[in-house]
Amino acid sequence: MDQALQHLVNGTVLGGTYALLGIGLTLVFGVMRVVNFTHGELYAFGAYMTYAAVSLLGLDFYLSLALATLLGMALGAAIEFLLLRPMRRADIDSTMLVMIGAALVLQNGEMWAWGGVAKLIPNPFPGTPLVVGPVSVLPLRLFVLVVSIALLLGFWLLLDRTRIGMAMRATFQDPETAALMGVRINWVNSATFAIGSGLAAAAGALLGPVFMVSPTMGDLVGLKAFAIVILGGLGSLPGATIGGFALGFVEEFAGGFVSTEYRDAFGFLLIILILALKPQGLVPAKERIG
Amino acid sequence: MMNRRTLLLAGLAMPALSRAGFAADPIRIGMTQPLTGAVAASGNYVANGAKIAAEVLNASGGVLGRPVELILEDNKSNPREAVAAAEKLVLRDKVPVLIGAWSSTFTLAIMPKLMEYKVPMIVETSSAARITTSGNPWVFRIAPTSEMEAVAFAELLGKFTPAIRKIGFLSVNNDFGRGATEKFWAALGAKGIAIGRTETMTPEATDLAAQITALKQSDADTVFLTTGVEQQTLALRQAVEQRLGKRIVTTGGSFPDQLLANPLPPGNTSFHILFYAPWFPERAPHPRIAERYTAEWNRKGWEFAGLTEGFRGYDAMLTVAEALKAAGKPEAEAIRQALWTVKLAGVNGDISFAKEGPAGQESGQNRPNVSVVTLSEGKTGLL
Repeated sequence: MDQALQHLVNGTVLGGTYALLGIGLTLVFGVMRVVNFTHGELYAFGAYMTYAAVSLLGLDFYLSLALATLLGMALGAAIEFLLLRPMRRADIDSTMLVMIGAALVLQNGEMWAWGGVAKLIPNPFPGTPLVVGPVSVLPLRLFVLVVSIALLLGFWLLLDRTRIGMAMRATFQDPETAALMGVRINWVNSATFAIGSGLAAAAGALLGPVFMVSPTMGDLVGLKAFAIVILGGLGSLPGATIGGFALGFVEEFAGGFVSTEYRDAFGFLLIILILALKPQGLVPAKERIG
Repeated sequence: MMNRRTLLLAGLAMPALSRAGFAADPIRIGMTQPLTGAVAASGNYVANGAKIAAEVLNASGGVLGRPVELILEDNKSNPREAVAAAEKLVLRDKVPVLIGAWSSTFTLAIMPKLMEYKVPMIVETSSAARITTSGNPWVFRIAPTSEMEAVAFAELLGKFTPAIRKIGFLSVNNDFGRGATEKFWAALGAKGIAIGRTETMTPEATDLAAQITALKQSDADTVFLTTGVEQQTLALRQAVEQRLGKRIVTTGGSFPDQLLANPLPPGNTSFHILFYAPWFPERAPHPRIAERYTAEWNRKGWEFAGLTEGFRGYDAMLTVAEALKAAGKPEAEAIRQALWTVKLAGVNGDISFAKEGPAGQESGQNRPNVSVVTLSEGKTGLL
């Protein structure tokens, strides 16, 4: 029972970060129909910017997290403007190839700039865990979970209660009609890609201090983000949140109680099962067909 | 009789003549290491050690009157890339000898190519037993096998208080991790120590909470951790978070150097099986050699703890140089033959090769030294 409680806490912490990763990716796909292969690299970019701000510039930790997120948004907006906008009328395969190229450039740029050796980001939280009964968790991990949930809620409010959110939802459902109704599609696309990139950079900034920062850290994360998005339903925002937590719990419990050797395999087994039963994912995205 | 003009010309020509030996083509030595990817820290340290050795060798006149040139290729912590790197070094750069490839998985992947191209390789790190027992006569390993490490560690059991009674394992799921688990299991089991749970992780895994929580439930008092520097650091930090409450011993000679500047909370002491402890060069088998290596490294301003692995590259380069001298020419088969005659004082101790593997196809295996370093609150000690 003690072990199950600890796995529950670990799964929640892991799931929160997975949800944050998935939501940025699914947003970009939903609104722009772009498979964003740079998502994992934007995650690594956020982590490196936090490292640079905290360790090299000596800035405040919390300020560094915000700065890294904003820089991630700026990089996302630049990618959208320079690479995606000229590809607007191109087919999805060509756009995918451009994004794969961009991801390779970003990763090699990180290797060139920072070297291959992983780095630790210092943080202001105590290294001793908070202990409640049989369960323990580092204050830093708790902070990451709280900020992840706050970002998810903030993002939901942005979509649900603001004009840009409404424009994004309209573009998501039917870009042509949205354009006819006066929605500036270019601007919506820029904002969408910047916000999606900002969420990936925020995840990297938050998780960089928990783990370590290395140029290839985005590889596995990118793969997981795709798994979460497919699990939840392509383009579905609630699906990405639920998918993130589902994957976190499955990995944690199956790893702890069955076999850690096949921990990642259990996550993908879940995806196969869900897709076999619900081919559109857990929460299919609502969009106009035809 | 020389006139003034002849003398002047002779004087002008002298520096060029004195450089003539070094103007010759350098002898190329190929090395592949994981310079990027999951175990990049270790690979960069080993590469740096080799670079220092090349400088030291060239400063003392090179080898066979020629400078040595280290040609370094990144294997990206990936066995497929390791094979590509080795082929590039042999086919394009025409190196007569290789050094590599850090992980047992990368080394094992390259080994068939050594047979195919008939080029010897000094294995500086990899510990899986079958590297030297599978019948590849082009392999010469200066690193200890996991078995040697385990047997040497078993001799130090009396130094642990409280005594080690039951052990568990947290190992990276590759040849290195599985090999170390098997050999420590056997060596410590033979000493009457009970064996508990074994947990594994993929080389890229960053969240090890599930593994550590599972190990926490077992009644082992000591956990052997086998993986690269990055995962060692993560596992040690996450063990504190999960209140593992067991002694952790890392194997394989890597050291989580980032925990020196970012120490674990007080009360957490970890143990690290190393093959060179740079904090105590005076305790090395050949203190003068160890001190020179350490001084050259520090002069570069590199990460101090990288010395724990950098010596592998340094000793490997010295071994190649010694074999080249004995061979008298930079040719692969001559170097291979000469490696059997090498007797060298290195940072880790004496280097020479004994035969291992099936008769007629033996590989060379050195018998290195092992020490255990403790890490507590960012400070190191020697067990």
